[in-house]
Amino acid sequence: MSAGIVSYGAYVPRYRIKVDEIARVWGDDANSLKSGLMVYEKSVPGFDEDTVTIAVEAARYAVKRSGIDTQRIGAVYTGSESHPYAVKPTSTIVAEAVEATPVLTAADYEFACKAGTAAMQSCMGLVQSGMIDLGMAIGADVAQGAPGDALEYTAAAGGVAFVIGNKGSEFIAVIEDTYSFTTDTPDFWRREGMPYPEHGGRFTGEPGYFKHVTHAAKGLMDKMGTRPEDYNYAVFHQPNGKFPSRAASILGFTKEQIQPGLVVPKLGNTYSGSCMMGIAATLDQAKPGDRIFATAFGSGAGGDAFSFTVTDKIEEIRNKAPTVVELLADPIYVDYATYAKHKGKIRLA
Amino acid sequence: MSVPRFWRKQVARYNLIGTHCTNCKTYYYPPRSMCPKCRRDGKTENYKFSGRGEVLTYTVIHTAAEGFEKQTPYVLGIVKLEEGPSLTSQIIADPGTMKIGMKVRPVFRKLGESGEKGMIYYGTKFVPE
Ligand SMILES: [Zn+2]
Repeated sequence: MSAGIVSYGAYVPRYRIKVDEIARVWGDDANSLKSGLMVYEKSVPGFDEDTVTIAVEAARYAVKRSGIDTQRIGAVYTGSESHPYAVKPTSTIVAEAVEATPVLTAADYEFACKAGTAAMQSCMGLVQSGMIDLGMAIGADVAQGAPGDALEYTAAAGGVAFVIGNKGSEFIAVIEDTYSFTTDTPDFWRREGMPYPEHGGRFTGEPGYFKHVTHAAKGLMDKMGTRPEDYNYAVFHQPNGKFPSRAASILGFTKEQIQPGLVVPKLGNTYSGSCMMGIAATLDQAKPGDRIFATAFGSGAGGDAFSFTVTDKIEEIRNKAPTVVELLADPIYVDYATYAKHKGKIRLA
Repeated sequence: MSVPRFWRKQVARYNLIGTHCTNCKTYYYPPRSMCPKCRRDGKTENYKFSGRGEVLTYTVIHTAAEGFEKQTPYVLGIVKLEEGPSLTSQIIADPGTMKIGMKVRPVFRKLGESGEKGMIYYGTKFVPE
């Protein structure tokens, strides 16, 4: 049995803060930050938004886009590094909010920024084995960056849900194959109970991101016998604009191939939502027959690579829920004080 | 609100599920087990509201209740759903843009929480259409 994407939904909160505004507060040089990171603004959650509400909105858009009967969903897995409860799953709340309960399995996933693609792989296995009919895999985060830390310029909020199935007639994109590359690498972490993550500074680039992204990507192309020029589009995890651009060029993909999925400049890094948001933005404009290559990265560390072929069905359902471009349009800009209040960085007595 | 009390109404809050009396065609939110108009002749069934509606009236809260201090000023309104019933809800909008009669749609948000250790309550709020 094959596995494919039956539907997808993305969600981004309305609020944004510009890199210039954060730099103003910390006395940093906004222009060098913007050109260094290739990030100009980032999304900010509303005071009443968290990973659960973002996951639910993305999941509901995925349901709306395809009109599936949610009682067919046999698994809901939500990947995030900002689950609001330490113990009590995000996925049960999502399952209830899309009326997929009670006959299903659910669990929360954690693997830094690639927990959502790990959830996709689990759903692929479950639908291909026939254990379930449809699975829902979600990547959602309200990313944390300590005030004044470099991460604060990019840590954003957003989420994406994919419905994975095994009936070819329902696919909007066939998932041709997946391949993962995983090692124990201490590039980024957050201990239980700590509000903000720690990172290994310069250590995060080469032995973390680039090693795992390129090994996973090359591994999948070797396994499938494909080359970069066989793909119309490519998506790489986007902690900033520079990393995916460089990963693409190392692997032999062009700027044009990564363009539609490069959403980080106006969105920021949505962590578990990052690579999946790029895939969603690419599906928003791909044509039937187009091939999409994607590689997610999670610190700790690992890369998940995927190869998709878009089907005719994409045209039928694409416009039934907001596109990523539509979600990014019409933002409400906030200043640092409002941003700090939304994110709960200031504790009121 | 106690955990059991919230939990009993959870699905109704998440998905705006009320009831519909097929005898007199009246819709109810929150759900009612018996139609107050028809009494014994009523026939009630569960009904999922679309969530589309309009603002009947609203007020801007400047002095918030405990737990809502960070949100002020915020809008509390009465929303009339297109099927008929109305409910009180927070409306996520700039207070300056609020108008009576404005169209709204539902969103899934945090309604509140019992301090730092307690349960987080989720459910429906409204945003301008
Ligand atoms: Zn009645």
